[in-house]
Amino acid sequence: MSARVPLVDYLVLAGDPHLTAHECTACGARFFDRRNACAACEGEQFRQVDVPTDGELRAFTIVSFAAPGVPVPFVAGVVDCGGTSVRANVVNTPADPEHVRVGMKLRLTTVPVGVDADGVEAVGFGFEPAS
Amino acid sequence: MAENVWIVGIHMTKFGKHPELDTLDLGAQAARGALADAGLRMRDVGVLAAGNLMKAAAGFGQQLQKQIGQTGIPVFNVANACATGATALRVAIMAIRAGETDTGLAVGVEKLSGAGLLAGGSRVAAGDTWAPQGRFGAVAALDGRVGTETMPGVFAQIGMEYDHKYGGADFELFARISEKNHAHSTLNPLASYQKRFTLEQIMGDVMIAYPNTRPMCSANCDGGAAAVVVSESKLRTLSLEQQRRAVKISASVLTSDPWQEACQVLPDVNTLTRRAAEQAYEQAGVGPDDLDLVELHDCFATAELVHYDNLKLCPPGGAVDLFKSGATWRDGSMPVNVSGGLESKGHPVSATGIANIWEVATHLRGEAGDRQIAGARVGLAHVIGLGNACGVHILEKAAA
Repeated sequence: MSARVPLVDYLVLAGDPHLTAHECTACGARFFDRRNACAACEGEQFRQVDVPTDGELRAFTIVSFAAPGVPVPFVAGVVDCGGTSVRANVVNTPADPEHVRVGMKLRLTTVPVGVDADGVEAVGFGFEPAS
Repeated sequence: MAENVWIVGIHMTKFGKHPELDTLDLGAQAARGALADAGLRMRDVGVLAAGNLMKAAAGFGQQLQKQIGQTGIPVFNVANACATGATALRVAIMAIRAGETDTGLAVGVEKLSGAGLLAGGSRVAAGDTWAPQGRFGAVAALDGRVGTETMPGVFAQIGMEYDHKYGGADFELFARISEKNHAHSTLNPLASYQKRFTLEQIMGDVMIAYPNTRPMCSANCDGGAAAVVVSESKLRTLSLEQQRRAVKISASVLTSDPWQEACQVLPDVNTLTRRAAEQAYEQAGVGPDDLDLVELHDCFATAELVHYDNLKLCPPGGAVDLFKSGATWRDGSMPVNVSGGLESKGHPVSATGIANIWEVATHLRGEAGDRQIAGARVGLAHVIGLGNACGVHILEKAAA
């Protein structure tokens, strides 16, 4: 099996793919980016936590006009995964308002991004309809 | 208790395409217009706050002085996203309240015609091999792969989030908000576009980011706006005519977004606006029911809806009902964006936060011509800059 790397460092590909977050040990606020301190309480200690792979679509848009090189249309949204909000695309469903609705149940899936000169595949994530 | 601060001069250039004018021309036109309106000169001004984003690093304020008057006063070059103009005004007000000077000039200018999308498309340079970069350790560009960075898409989600929370907002409702603002614009000769659209035209136009079609998005354009503000004691030294036309700044508030769950995933434009509104009503000693008109930041039709709620023009969750009641049309009980709003007036970002104050002030002075809201005495102006910054000003007509 050829090597794979995640699109972002908070995507774990090994085993069942899932997202991880930096959780403030003092107040529980969760973040996906590299941290200097907690934006909610100024705490400096974080632990890695797994984010649930099932969620509900809280907000979305269907982008029809984007920067050059970005394929359109695509569905961008915010997915509530058990209380942790995740920015993601909604995938594996037609990009139209008949198939995408706020409140719909979704689950995490992986999406191929491409292969580099060394044959390493980059893998991203999205959320697809759960049923 | 610091002195009250008054607007004695204010000016807005025509918004639209000005290929023959550069940033300094537009800034000079706005600043000199405001000074002429005030009956004052640069030598009377003790502080200049100059707002511009596209040339933020170039010392726009000093360049402007070199065109309109180099008097040696302190210049604050201000950049605060789409709230830049309101922030410049806020700086001038703070200098007066601090007692550093009795007269300030705030200017906001932008040249954006043909600028296209103002965000999105941040692509990691394509290398030979994947290499994690940035604060997410990304090996490739995220715009379009992990959500969207474009403004129409971000604000579309903000509107859809309101629908998820309260229900009742759909594509047609958002399009009807745009229909209102474009209808209002037909009475505003300074708006970029003064064209009425039917609901069918709006819904059938080019889709940018569902549910925002092209006429539901603010227009990139060129424009400038400026205001001269003075302390109350300075005002009393001016002519009775200047005092009669003066507009009282009853509240001036600037906030940033406090941490909330999800605020680093989708910008939270709600919490900081609610806080700014609460502080402004408290400062001014007025409530939403006292407002005769509101200019709020409809950078997209989806944004206007959520700000009805954030500015407390309706009970929590009541924005859809407020709009459906007709209240926010110019003949309603709570006229919103009688200028035509950013969707038709245009959105030269750094000018916007002073231009909306010009609109409100012009009504309070009874000088708004065909679009005058009769008997207007109190008005509110609101802007949002993504990142985020929120400016709210409440203005009142002079008592005499």
